[in-house]
Amino acid sequence: MTLFYALIALGSLALIFGLILGFAAVRFRVESNPIVDQIDTILPQTQCGQCGYPGCRPYAEAIANGDEINKCPPGGEATVKKLADLMGVEAKPLAGGEQADPVKTVAYIREDECIGCTKCIQACPVDAIVGATRQMHTVLIDECTGCDLCVEPCPVDCIDMLPVKETKQTWKWQLNAIPVTQVD
Amino acid sequence: MEKLIDQIKQGKVWSIPGGVHPPGQKLQSTTQAIARLPLPDKLVVSLKQHIGANGKLIVEKGQQVLKGQALTKPSGNWSVPVHAPTSGLISDICPMPSAHPSALPELSVIIEPDGEDNWCELNPVTDAKALSHDELVDIIHQSGIAGMGGAGFPTYVKADTRKAIEFLIVNAVECEPYITADDMLMREHADGIIAGIELMQQLLSPQLTIIGIEDNKPDAIAAMKLAAQHNDSIIVQTVPTVYPSGGEKQLIKLLTGKEVPSGSIPADIGMLVQNVGTLFAVNQAVHEGKPLIERVVTVTGNTIHKQGNVWALLGTEIKHLLDCQGFSPVPQQRVVMGGPMMGFTLPTVRIGVVKATNCILAPDHQELAEPGDEKACIRCSACADACPASLLPQQLQWFAKSKEYDKLNEHNLFDCIECGACAYVCPSEIPLVQYYRVAKAEIKEQQAEQIKAERAKERFEARKERLEREQEERQNRHKRKPAAKSDGEKQKVADALARVKAKSDDKDSKSAVAAAIARAKAKKQGAEIEPDNSEVAKERAARKEQARKYKEQKALEQGEEGVDKDDKKSAVAAAIARAKAKKAAQATEENASAETDAAPKDDKKAAVAAAIARAKAKKAAQAVENQTEAEEDSAPVDDKKAAVAAAIARAKAKKVAQAAENQTEAEEDSAPVDDKKAAVAAAIARAKAKKAAQAAENQTEAEEDSAPVDDKKAAVAAAIARAKAKKAAKEQAQSDDSSQQTNDSSAEADAQPQADAPESNEDKKKTAVAAAIARAKAKKAAKEQAQSDDSSEQINDSNDEADAKPQSDAPESSEDKKKAAVAAAIARAKAKKAAKEQAQSDESSEQLDDSSDTDDSKPQVDEPESSEDKKKAAVARAIARAKAKKLQQEGNDKS
Amino acid sequence: MKLTMASSPHNHSHKSLSRLMMTVIAACIPGLIAQVFFFGSAVLIQLVLALITVSACEAAVLMLRKRKVWPTLSDGSAWLTGVLLALSIPPLAPWWIIVIGCMFAIVIVKQLYGGLGFNLFNPAMAAYVLLLVSFPVQMTSWLPVSDLLASPISFSQQLSVIFNGFTSAGFSVDQLRVAIDGTTMATPLDTVKTDVAHHLTVAESMSKPLFNDWFGLGWGWVNLGFLIGGLYLLKAKIINWHIPVSFLASLAVCSGIGYIAAPGTEPGVVFHLFSGATMLGAFFIATDPVSASTTNRGRLIYGALIGLLVYLIRTFGGYPDAVAFSVLLLNMAVPLIDYYTKPRTYGHGVK
Repeated sequence: MTLFYALIALGSLALIFGLILGFAAVRFRVESNPIVDQIDTILPQTQCGQCGYPGCRPYAEAIANGDEINKCPPGGEATVKKLADLMGVEAKPLAGGEQADPVKTVAYIREDECIGCTKCIQACPVDAIVGATRQMHTVLIDECTGCDLCVEPCPVDCIDMLPVKETKQTWKWQLNAIPVTQVD
Repeated sequence: MEKLIDQIKQGKVWSIPGGVHPPGQKLQSTTQAIARLPLPDKLVVSLKQHIGANGKLIVEKGQQVLKGQALTKPSGNWSVPVHAPTSGLISDICPMPSAHPSALPELSVIIEPDGEDNWCELNPVTDAKALSHDELVDIIHQSGIAGMGGAGFPTYVKADTRKAIEFLIVNAVECEPYITADDMLMREHADGIIAGIELMQQLLSPQLTIIGIEDNKPDAIAAMKLAAQHNDSIIVQTVPTVYPSGGEKQLIKLLTGKEVPSGSIPADIGMLVQNVGTLFAVNQAVHEGKPLIERVVTVTGNTIHKQGNVWALLGTEIKHLLDCQGFSPVPQQRVVMGGPMMGFTLPTVRIGVVKATNCILAPDHQELAEPGDEKACIRCSACADACPASLLPQQLQWFAKSKEYDKLNEHNLFDCIECGACAYVCPSEIPLVQYYRVAKAEIKEQQAEQIKAERAKERFEARKERLEREQEERQNRHKRKPAAKSDGEKQKVADALARVKAKSDDKDSKSAVAAAIARAKAKKQGAEIEPDNSEVAKERAARKEQARKYKEQKALEQGEEGVDKDDKKSAVAAAIARAKAKKAAQATEENASAETDAAPKDDKKAAVAAAIARAKAKKAAQAVENQTEAEEDSAPVDDKKAAVAAAIARAKAKKVAQAAENQTEAEEDSAPVDDKKAAVAAAIARAKAKKAAQAAENQTEAEEDSAPVDDKKAAVAAAIARAKAKKAAKEQAQSDDSSQQTNDSSAEADAQPQADAPESNEDKKKTAVAAAIARAKAKKAAKEQAQSDDSSEQINDSNDEADAKPQSDAPESSEDKKKAAVAAAIARAKAKKAAKEQAQSDESSEQLDDSSDTDDSKPQVDEPESSEDKKKAAVARAIARAKAKKLQQEGNDKS
Repeated sequence: MKLTMASSPHNHSHKSLSRLMMTVIAACIPGLIAQVFFFGSAVLIQLVLALITVSACEAAVLMLRKRKVWPTLSDGSAWLTGVLLALSIPPLAPWWIIVIGCMFAIVIVKQLYGGLGFNLFNPAMAAYVLLLVSFPVQMTSWLPVSDLLASPISFSQQLSVIFNGFTSAGFSVDQLRVAIDGTTMATPLDTVKTDVAHHLTVAESMSKPLFNDWFGLGWGWVNLGFLIGGLYLLKAKIINWHIPVSFLASLAVCSGIGYIAAPGTEPGVVFHLFSGATMLGAFFIATDPVSASTTNRGRLIYGALIGLLVYLIRTFGGYPDAVAFSVLLLNMAVPLIDYYTKPRTYGHGVK
């Protein structure tokens, strides 16, 4: 009999707390940033498609659904590490290896050679190339994400991926990299 | 407020946390008066000696300038001009290592002094009180004055502040060891400085002006007190000697007890700090009319024999300063610009003095020992005790090493003034400041990247949306097409018709003349092409290159300054600039007056618009030409036909234009990529052009046949070509016997670029491109050919010429050795066959079939050209060349 | 001659790490002299043993870690650890006590955490606590002041005790500790604590020959020696005043309150300040920069809490002295203290 009472007491307690918890979960739901958005902010947004998905957002969704986190070459190891932290999984080496530290590049159209085919314009995921049919095209350097997607379609190979030039603003105090001269 | 002023007037000085007491080392450079140096052989005047955008260059290489003459004029945000420090010749304008820790090159004007030292006309102001605020600010601006204490902030910006200024603080602290430039200036020119202060007072009307001087400069204090005697509102305040009391924010705290909130500027709390040197320069600019062309520089350190202060012209190479004062370098010599605490070492002594250069320090290893090895941090927090900003340097150091940028921000890294006090006291000799600088640079980069990623995302999404929308629209259109056709299409045709009519109507009289001129020009051009105009071309190329480089750099600089925050604009501007440069070049070539079109305004559209505008202008110009010739015929009989005819006419005109344009472009193109290469390429191009001309004459018939590589493709291509030819023929019938001349010239023009373009290009990519262009052209030419049904032999000939070139080039860039070999073999076989055919078709050259044959030769050579593999291409090219030669000979024999 | 690039600042205060460490070691000398004077030269033997052990351990680990040995060893931090440990253990403790202690301090507490600057705990104190917990008998076998010994022991006998456990005459340490009156001697702190536990008053306890008027014989002088060394360190600006002052002030206040509250069972302020390892702890151990708080306000809190803990453990805890425990406990709290005592950066928190 005592056992019976105990069971009832515990059972009803469990029920009450369950109800309270359930209510709280509904009533005080925290609109947390969905995981996809969090992943998306970590990805470099080059929209290069090297991960096999058409853009960063789709890849973010794929990661959220359990895809590998090491498919983003432009992001490099740093991105993989951040993703690993976020997803709570082991950081893996970048798929395809090698290029651990990607050099930042931007597309540059050798405008004299451009035949104005607009193929690169169609390829650019961020509309960073301007131009019209049969007219010279040019790259908006500041919008270019360096994704390489315009290089392939160019029929005359007039697009170069040039490393971003160092300026005084982007110089990182590599004093030892400065070539020194003789005193006189 | 009143209380505060009273306290200050009573001589109260507040204190700053931290600080260090490095040995002063100032006595050795104060024994002598400020010296005048002999004129240097060369002055390197950097265009950017301040924070802000470059001024606009208003002199050019080879120009003679007078002392004080402006070399740049202000343009855009915070740009400050620079002036010629002495009279002489501008021997060059080029990027030179800059007075910046990175020593990255900066565009500089190099002046060879003529020794005369002739001033330009000066406009001293006798009564400055009569000047308005704006006039005074303008004088300061035009005189190129920027902060001379080290930062180089444009003084006119400060002088023109819209905020109410309560305290004008004059920074005469000079807390860095060794430096005595301000000290000596105060001793010798206290009156001038006070006059400068009074000008500032006139501009800002502060309640009180406080001159802060460290107590280790008794002479300067006495001189300033004496000079300021007559003005009650100027107080000379002595502050204890502690480094870094001369930091702007530290000085404000010392003299007023107030702190500048993080992220604000002193003007936000009613303070304004000016360096004494700057104020002296203001006085010089206003009362004597002299722009800022010289400053006091302390040249000191144990390796200098005559340590002291000198008046150095801006742009004087450091080497000159050192040599004049006697310099005996030691191994591993450090030459520091600035003081021992915050100065930076120079990688070369061929750097010019800039407005902010207050000291050149060349120490030996006894006085300033080389930094020892970095040891482990023991968290002794001696650094924290020394930090004038109350930061926790050792914590920052841990975070910087582990790249925890969030933590760094949390610990206020960006409030660090990089004074070096922490590294000075660190027993483990950790280069703390270096860590912070690197971390700061990294953080800034990350932030920039974050912003960029954000924008990329936005753009990507916008694009996606747009594409979807377009897709949808297209689908909708498909559905509604039948209905739309009836009114929409008709309307369009009618519109086109109307346009054509309008054009031909009102341009009648003018267009005839224009056409005549244009024709004449075209002929002339054609004639010009024959003689060796490579000299001109080279010059043009060089000019274009220079203009482009300069513009690019400028655009870049504007971008980098962060002054011109609008990235898009600058990118587009650069593109426009480039496009314009090109346009300008072309304009002269073509004499197409119609081109000087409305200057594009809209950001994005601008680049596009410019390009479109150009194209339209061309079209218009030539359409007119064509129209006049084909006028009677094009008189619209049938709506549709007329439209078609117009289109054809336009297309032709364009082709002509392009041909001419391309001709010039092809020559120039090789230039901009690489200077050296360009020069070489030009030379080679010239040589080749000659050869090509000769070859072209020889080749004529034989070569066109060497082309067909792939049977199947050829067949298909032939079929297509034939189909096209038929179409063309029909069209042609409509556009009557549209003059041979037009066709002639167009064909000729087309032929030219083909000859030139590929040869002026050295590397494979370029050849590929050239080939592509050539191909495109050739196709067009061929089509034209087809259209002119009664095409004479001449036309065919010239067309042959046109075709001959790309064929010889085409296989060169071929992808695959094997293919090339096969192709070559086939080509050889074909060539033989062709030769035979040729013999037969010699007479029947008028037939359309022939011209369609020539058409066929084009697509066949196409596929191997989209090459990638350089090596292979090179081999293939060699083979092909050999083949081509053979063919030539064969051709010669045959003909 | 080639130019050289360097990062600013280009000059330096010439305070070096090794000079800093050597100064601290030098400042131990007055205390050391006092110890030798009152407790015999066995301290010196321990010192030599300690120095040899720490040097060997440090060098071995550095070699294993493939670092340069001499530059790191010569910074003196390992030696300082050895000296402090040697000064903390009973002079006649067997040789393996100091050897184990030094090995633990250098290998485990210091190097395994990443070497100098990365150790969470003060190596000397961590080793001391390890020894105290593991070998309580040996670690509490302090001889009384030599005057009180039944038979004064010579240097060679001390050597023999340290290495063999017995004097040449066959006395063990325990036997040596028997005083003239036949009772086993302990440290003053120990004695008071035991006596109070046995319901004696402090006054009664202090009437024993172990004590003079104010504090334990000899111990007061040793503490005085360390105080002098500490004052020198303050003057030389090797250490900041915050930690020692707040430590001593806190201990003084606590013991003062205790004394007022229960004069019978509380020995009073002076006794606390000049007993055990108070001065050594205040100036040489709590101030170890690596494991102490790094902000000035943090240091005040850190020192004060150590003082409080020392008093609490001495009074209510199971061990007679408490400096090592208190320091270690506060070492753990340092990140927290530092976090909440960040100084106000210039320009922050103003309108």
